Amino acid sequence: MLSERFDIAIVGAGVVGCAIARRLTLDGAKVIVFEKALDVLDGASKGNSAILHTGFDAPIGSLEQICVARGYAEYLEIANSLTLPILKSGAMVLAWNDEQAERLPELVKKAHKNGVLDSAMLSKEDILMREPHLSKSVVSGFEVPGEYIIDPWSSAHAYLLQAMANGAQLCRGTEVLGGLFDSGEWTLKTSKTPINATHVINCAGLYGDVVDERLINKKSFTITPRKGQFVVFDKSSSALTSSIILPVPTEKTKGVVICRTIFGNLLVGPTAEDQASRVDASTDRESLQNLVAKGSEMIPGLADSEITATYAGLRPASEFQDYQVNNWSELNYVTVGGIRSTGLSSALGIARHVSELIDTKVYSGKPIVDPAIPKADRLSHYHSRDWEEVDNGGIVCHCEWVTRREIKRVMEGPIPPSSLEGLKRRTRVCMGRCQGFYCTAELAKITNGRFDLPLSIKHE
Amino acid sequence: MNKLSETSTRSCSVAVVGGGPAGLALAAELKRLGVNDVVVLEREAHAGGIPRHCGHYPFGVREFGRLLKGPDYARKNVKTALDLGVEIRLETTVTSLHPNGRLSLSTPTGREELKVDRVVLCTGVRESSRAQRLISGDRPLGIMSTGALQSLVYLQGMQPFKNPVILGSELVSFSSIDTCRHLGMRPVAMIEEQNRIVTHRILQTYLVVRGVPLFVSAKSLKIVGRGRVEAIEFIDAHGDLKRLETDGVIISGRFRPEAALLQHSHLEVDPGSGGPVIDQFGRCSDPSYYSAGNLLRPAETAGWCWREGVATAKWITEDLVEQGKKASVEDVKLTILDPAIQFILPQRLSLSKRVGGMDKMQIGLKQPSSGVLQASINDNCIWSARIKGHPVRRIQKPLAEVLKKESGANVKFTIRRDL
Repeated sequence: MLSERFDIAIVGAGVVGCAIARRLTLDGAKVIVFEKALDVLDGASKGNSAILHTGFDAPIGSLEQICVARGYAEYLEIANSLTLPILKSGAMVLAWNDEQAERLPELVKKAHKNGVLDSAMLSKEDILMREPHLSKSVVSGFEVPGEYIIDPWSSAHAYLLQAMANGAQLCRGTEVLGGLFDSGEWTLKTSKTPINATHVINCAGLYGDVVDERLINKKSFTITPRKGQFVVFDKSSSALTSSIILPVPTEKTKGVVICRTIFGNLLVGPTAEDQASRVDASTDRESLQNLVAKGSEMIPGLADSEITATYAGLRPASEFQDYQVNNWSELNYVTVGGIRSTGLSSALGIARHVSELIDTKVYSGKPIVDPAIPKADRLSHYHSRDWEEVDNGGIVCHCEWVTRREIKRVMEGPIPPSSLEGLKRRTRVCMGRCQGFYCTAELAKITNGRFDLPLSIKHE
Repeated sequence: MNKLSETSTRSCSVAVVGGGPAGLALAAELKRLGVNDVVVLEREAHAGGIPRHCGHYPFGVREFGRLLKGPDYARKNVKTALDLGVEIRLETTVTSLHPNGRLSLSTPTGREELKVDRVVLCTGVRESSRAQRLISGDRPLGIMSTGALQSLVYLQGMQPFKNPVILGSELVSFSSIDTCRHLGMRPVAMIEEQNRIVTHRILQTYLVVRGVPLFVSAKSLKIVGRGRVEAIEFIDAHGDLKRLETDGVIISGRFRPEAALLQHSHLEVDPGSGGPVIDQFGRCSDPSYYSAGNLLRPAETAGWCWREGVATAKWITEDLVEQGKKASVEDVKLTILDPAIQFILPQRLSLSKRVGGMDKMQIGLKQPSSGVLQASINDNCIWSARIKGHPVRRIQKPLAEVLKKESGANVKFTIRRDL
């Protein structure tokens, strides 16, 4: 057993776990984060549409709406100091038939009630003037100027980096298998060493219900993974739209979005496919072709655009529409579950909410007045990157212009990647057009002997 | 962050972007023809291009009169260029192209600007990726192009898997068998989605020799595996679901020009070829830019690119000599109206100068076609030739005939099919 004891043990290093780790660390808590995967942000947090939403369409008065609004505000507040990737693009919700158009005024009213006051109706002419590549079949729409494009992975990674720079600990490849709560103290049994903590916060995402059953033997919701597939188009297509193009949402999903990515590409997706598997994030050609077709109906120029990448993510949906944040105060245990699709926007807000649920008097430290701010490369096509700087060691990835120095920095950083996948997320290598045609061998050389899952082995 | 590096300016006569067979041969020839300053900008730490990691024969027979392996051929091209006084700048990435021969560069020591009289784009090709082909399934480790495999094997002596499957049946797919065998890897199958191998049928016997089973007409391909590749599943030609245990997938062929720079530039791009729009001298839509080699179209042999480089060097030199007295460029546009045609090279003809330049046009097909290729102006057929071929095969027709015809801003190409 680790002789140290912790104020807070967080189960799951997804975007929500990372944001909570940061918040509570800054509040003065001694935090440990467990992640069963070999790398952080390996579940629902890595495959989404990468938008910082205002929460204009969230159910009024829902916890989701409150957390999205607070999370949004805090993201904008800390984006500069934490060098978080961010691009203000604004969004348009577009109606493609009369039936959808009829719903727009009600949605604008809802946006206003949700505090998104700059949301306003747009005529067909306004829309086409702003986005001339859109299909002329658009009927009408409304704008949400405050929506931003961000990067889900490196943002959440930055939250965790800040938590760690201020004292939080991370255990990757460590699954929480069970626990015992006795006299105000948890003893958690993990796949590695057991630990003691005063509070446990379940941020297990796709396994939220499983962890609740393991630790407190309660089942207050059931996760039904919802798969979303995406197509990423070549950077040359990013000129096809400046705004985030949103459809009129349905009960189940926000629908298929078209937007730029912070990396300079254009994204179309997601699909919404309910499934039993919590791990199957496979893509299939037919769904991807449908996405391309759907995208091309809205922006005809997409039909001739080159595809750079495809991926799928799993959303931890539950049978409830709203988030399932349950405070089992008699057990010093908080469940943060069912964060289905807005988790990226709301994570910092959820962290605020959770922080208010816990009595800060139990923390071993005081709120940190002047927290350490870790240095991280801002992964953004719209900001300056290392290739523009002196002594960068030369460019290794020729599609995303990733330098040798950037790779070295993350390999030697506080949360080094344990696989190529992790290095890709942290630097963008192999994420561009050629998908590794040019730099795979060089990366294998640079990372030789340093990954749990090596890219390639030296021939004996 | 470090402080922004100072942007310095240099000036020279011709900058060649890309140090592969086309770029190096072109640069060397420019020096032979007396051009003063010739610089090759190579983004890798070594020049030589794709042949650097093609550890197999046959290279160099026509160029050097010797049978060479790729790496030796690459070294010979580099040495020839250096011996003639070509400057080769390594780890130098061109980040953007600007009008009138101005380039932005990124080097390990910072950013730089370069202004030259002529720029030649020789950035070559790459294979299309798994994503571009929308291949279904998981995303485990062990999926890579032949190019990536070759550089792992021949440049690093590394082995990414033991028993991969090969997707695709182009020449490069067959060469991946040899790449695997070089380090003792044994491919378990070659899988093709078309109903026959894409390259010449005769190569099928090579699969028999190497004991690699071939599956054609494979449908619903799916890669299976968490962590590493575990299997590949598909519906075979008989309609049965097939599952092959494997630890790697080689995604081979379907070359695309490496045209990222172009796509973000002021230069006109041909969506069919994926490369720049050029005239019969290899000149791009901005007359200070030229192009040669596989950037023009996917994909020819190294030897072909080398010869294209040499020929283009001559046209560039003539252009530099004639500078100042160049007639206004009057253009003929070659337009494709047939869905079976992928590209026609060149895409336009400069009538200001009728002599010199390419003597043949290259035609690439999307679908196997046979019939009569017709060129018409205003529905009047001005030229025709029999054509019979498959995609990814070399097809050429004389250009002189088309060039002889007067004016006509738009020459349209169609195929009248055999019944």
